[in-house]
Amino acid sequence: MTTLAYTLRDSATMLRRDGRHSLRNLPMTLSGVATPTIMLVLFNYVYGGAMGAGLGGAALSGNYINYIAAGVIAMTVATGCETTAINLCMDMSEGIIARFRTMAISRASVLTGQVVGSVIRTMLSVGLVIGVAFLMGFRPTASLMAWIAAIGLIAVFAFAITWMGVAFGLIGKTPAGANSLSLIFLLLAFTSSAFVNPETIPAGIRWFAEYQPFTPVIDTLRGLLLGTPIPNNSAILAIAWCVALALVGYLWARAVYNRNAVANNLSSVR
Amino acid sequence: MIETRGLRKSFGEKVVLDGIDLNVAEGTIFALLGPNGAGKTTVVQILSTLISADGGKVRIAGHDLDKEPDAIRAAIGVTGQFSAVDSLLTGEENLLLMADLHHLSRREGRRRAAALLERFDLVDAAKKRPATYSGGMRRRLDLAMTLIGDPRVIFLDEPTTGLDPRSRQTMWQIIRDLVASGVTILLTTQYLDEADQLADRIAVLDQGKLVAEGTPDELKRLIPGGHILLQFAGTDALASAARILGRVTRDDNALTLQVPTDGSVRSLKIILDQLDHEGVEVSGVSVHTSDLDDVFFALTDRPNHTDVPDTQKEGAAR
Repeated sequence: MTTLAYTLRDSATMLRRDGRHSLRNLPMTLSGVATPTIMLVLFNYVYGGAMGAGLGGAALSGNYINYIAAGVIAMTVATGCETTAINLCMDMSEGIIARFRTMAISRASVLTGQVVGSVIRTMLSVGLVIGVAFLMGFRPTASLMAWIAAIGLIAVFAFAITWMGVAFGLIGKTPAGANSLSLIFLLLAFTSSAFVNPETIPAGIRWFAEYQPFTPVIDTLRGLLLGTPIPNNSAILAIAWCVALALVGYLWARAVYNRNAVANNLSSVR
Repeated sequence: MIETRGLRKSFGEKVVLDGIDLNVAEGTIFALLGPNGAGKTTVVQILSTLISADGGKVRIAGHDLDKEPDAIRAAIGVTGQFSAVDSLLTGEENLLLMADLHHLSRREGRRRAAALLERFDLVDAAKKRPATYSGGMRRRLDLAMTLIGDPRVIFLDEPTTGLDPRSRQTMWQIIRDLVASGVTILLTTQYLDEADQLADRIAVLDQGKLVAEGTPDELKRLIPGGHILLQFAGTDALASAARILGRVTRDDNALTLQVPTDGSVRSLKIILDQLDHEGVEVSGVSVHTSDLDDVFFALTDRPNHTDVPDTQKEGAAR
């Protein structure tokens, strides 16, 4: 077999392992769906009246859930990042990654398997969340092409955020630490256009809200799903952010991975 | 099979390994003995390609560590405190995962996994997760995972630390059987009896330096803890013997003389012949060889004893 064939085979093995983990650790896997679902319920039924009114309902077919669906989908990607970070950190502290590294297997496969597994898990979660939103009255008007574009954007976004999650998992000393690092994305989701129109946010924070990664992704997604106009540059900005996050996450994760296979255990020999 | 020259490693300011030379012959067990924090695990981490050394040369199974790490990875297996089993997979799934990663065919993987489960008495636990295992079972699964790939060189990092006496005996027998089948084993341990029981050669590591190396017997002879205890019937005989033998420790109350020797039969014969020649009657004799404990404490003694609680704390934190 060639090197590439071995890399693919090892990655497939790692992906199978990741899939088994997701099934065995079902509570954690489902928490990736639970958090966005709770947000959906909370914002639609509890805050929806007040917040939806502030948006000027006419533009949204009078339906607040149509507005927040895109934001909650992005939030699902952020909660998926937590699971990735925790999984990776547990693998590191358990020492199984150290074991993999003493074996003649493709180095890339360990992280690749995790990333592909995480993206699949996140996409399944997104599917469930969209289903729940639909039950709650979400009525997307997207054409087939727009749906394909939307799913593509979600996948690319999930891929980027997952690489960041991998890096968080590798640098986190404990699963709890890795988890709190990935909370930054949940925070970004809350300070984006997920639930409110950024124009209603005070000036300083508004500038941040308009340009941080979640807002352009959510705006583009919302435009695609509802067939409403996508704000200027949002699509380009969304893709640029995805590329940047994926690249930073990948390079960061790779550097940490190559440097410290036993990072969490080094203290024992000091 | 394993050869290191001038191995060095520091973590920040702290020098963990300060020029380690090792030579492990094929088909033998080599024990790296030392207290907690001596650098044993660091040696294994470097030799198993996990971390890089700051300096020095390493050759394992004919391959240079710097140039062909993958060839070394293909030849070695590692079991120890820092490597582990996958706690979300069952014992059998762990073995099959390893078989897949060694690129074995599905059939061959299943065959080897089944054979190892049988050999290590894990058949009943095969479908259970390691969380339900005892310490000994977990360690056996860990070793079985290492053996799936048929390694020629095996690193065992503290293979019996924390095990009960029976599991420890089982593990020792497994290790002996492995070497009988021709593999080379480097094990680290903080237990002297373990090194004494298993190892063909022992290196004593302390504060990043090798302080002694040799067969267990050579090490025991290295330390002048060995002596012959001579018992006499009366003070006259005791006094005469003390005069004849010279360099002795005399106990007038017990009527004994303690004569330092290397513990060999020849030295015993010389002493008894000397006394016999002078007509001194010896009523009893016993030979005391130094054990590895004496060696260990003599070699790893710290000038500053306040260090001791610190190393214990490290051990507990682990």
